[in-house]
Amino acid sequence: MSALRQPHEAEVIERVQETPSIYTLRLRFTDPAVHSAYRFAPGQFNMLYLYGVGEVPISIVSDPQDEFGLGHTIRAVGRVTGAMARLKVGDRLGVRGPYGRGWPIAEAQGRDVVIVTGGLGCAPVVSVIHYVLKRREHYGKLIIMQGVKHADDLIWREQYEAWSHLPNTQVLIAADQGGAMWPWHVGHVPMLFDKVNLDTTNSRVMMCGPEGMMIAAGKGLLEQGIPARDIHLSMERNMQCAVGKCGHCQMGGQFVCKDGPVFSWPEIVARLGIKGI
Amino acid sequence: MSPCHFLPHGESQHLFDALQRAGYQTLAPQVRDGALLLAPLEQASQLPWGVHDQQRAGHYRLNQDQSPRAFAWANGPQALKPQLFAPTEPLWRVERDASGKLNFQACTPQVSKRALIGVRPCDLAALAIQDAHFLGGERDGHYAARREGLLLVAVNCSHPAETCFCAATGDGPAANEQGSHDLLLDELDQGFVIRAGSAIGLALLEELALAPATEGQLAEALAQQQRAASVQQRTLPTAVSATLQGRFDHPQWQQVAERCLACGNCTSVCPTCFCHSETEAPALDGARSEHRREWDSCFNSGHSYIHGNVVRHSGEQRYRQWLMHKLAWWPEQFGRIGCVGCGRCISWCPVGIDITAEAAALCQGGEE
Repeated sequence: MSALRQPHEAEVIERVQETPSIYTLRLRFTDPAVHSAYRFAPGQFNMLYLYGVGEVPISIVSDPQDEFGLGHTIRAVGRVTGAMARLKVGDRLGVRGPYGRGWPIAEAQGRDVVIVTGGLGCAPVVSVIHYVLKRREHYGKLIIMQGVKHADDLIWREQYEAWSHLPNTQVLIAADQGGAMWPWHVGHVPMLFDKVNLDTTNSRVMMCGPEGMMIAAGKGLLEQGIPARDIHLSMERNMQCAVGKCGHCQMGGQFVCKDGPVFSWPEIVARLGIKGI
Repeated sequence: MSPCHFLPHGESQHLFDALQRAGYQTLAPQVRDGALLLAPLEQASQLPWGVHDQQRAGHYRLNQDQSPRAFAWANGPQALKPQLFAPTEPLWRVERDASGKLNFQACTPQVSKRALIGVRPCDLAALAIQDAHFLGGERDGHYAARREGLLLVAVNCSHPAETCFCAATGDGPAANEQGSHDLLLDELDQGFVIRAGSAIGLALLEELALAPATEGQLAEALAQQQRAASVQQRTLPTAVSATLQGRFDHPQWQQVAERCLACGNCTSVCPTCFCHSETEAPALDGARSEHRREWDSCFNSGHSYIHGNVVRHSGEQRYRQWLMHKLAWWPEQFGRIGCVGCGRCISWCPVGIDITAEAAALCQGGEE
């Protein structure tokens, strides 16, 4: 059996409770040869296996060259992610991957990178933010636009704050409901497009979040003049094998696990927002 | 194309013997629980001589008469799928020691060489699709292990059922000479016209040392193939894939959902359906666990589960997923539709939903 289909043992080397229901696990393969041979691209995901419980697909939030360990930010919503929340530093789990097609980071070189995220869907794009910030000279402006339902839903608030002070980096956050001491905007993500200076001929947009948000944001960006092929988005579906065999992640003829999870706007637009597809 | 020979019915056992001498376990159709199933069988005398099937929407019955033939029927509920894509099997095991260390081990199926006798042309077409799915891209080791030692003795269909429409999909009733079979047979009242489709098949034929088929036998076989095609009544709409693309919101989906029980029988008997779920089977003592896969169905609610919700929550959406995948989206994935016209989903549907009738209703008026 191929190594892609069977997990390797990994150890939790750090655990951060981001919010009451969101936690980040830093993982290291216990076999040093496996750890040093492991490579991934931002936007790809791993299948994390909790002993005796099962597997779940989780995107990788750390930088590909981060030797410290693989970062996975997880929301406790289901049977596996709920049980996984109880893992402590030193505990073992299984990891197989990486899977899928990541963000177009090579094509984005020399261009502005525009990140659009919504809700709690920001984890898959955090890897790109880290990636660009570490290789700042290869990219133009970095614009981060995040939408949340309520101000309290924003995780990594300090991190957004820190990013906003970096040179050539712009951070805009909109909450449907602001609340007291909310320093950012109130409203939906597309309202932010008028507040930034988008270079429509030289940007790569990377979006992640609820489908409705991505549809609204994508349409707004097209109206701003961004070409459809320069807009990319990360999709989510049930995934069990992660290699295009089990059939659960299909959206029409596309297997999200192997044809995506990152798609360009023209590749996926016909299937976006269609109920039951 | 290899020359055609003739294997008289009375010498059928010679074929079984030759296969067994070559190290193959022989599997052939036999009557089990009122249906024809592929199972180990060593004696040609145990073939389903004189057995016929009656199939129509929601109906499958066998009966027997004095027919001198062993393959005077269309098909049983199983194609080759369970032989290669196991209904349930372990993928890997993991042991946990006292320190919490996990030790992962692969589970590789141990498969002997097997000869499948009586494979239908529609089954060969479905096999080609499953090969493309499981062996293309990231190769599935479990499927590959079962596929490697497989020898296929195909029998062209002479008695299509009322539910059959392989002529419409182009997958039968006669097998493509370039198909993946090792031997290909046409059954006549006295015996089989037989020819090889592979080097292994050719070697077997040489060992059998049969007389060449006569002109009369070849003409009879050909006429029988043509008759088996012309008696088929069901068909699929022209340009079905393109037309269905525009029928996503058609009222027919709701109409069929009112009859559909979402039982998943159609996906179980379908020879091309490949969906499977992965499940965990921990041992009671907590020291080990097995990661398994088993057939899943797009009619199950869990099929589209994603963080606390399901994408397809209604029967209408699930039937649409199944039919659209089979007939509209499959070409995008595999270059052809996912239906080979075997008719199993029609016969084995407990309420007799007919994929050809649904496709016709959905495609009425043609491509827009």
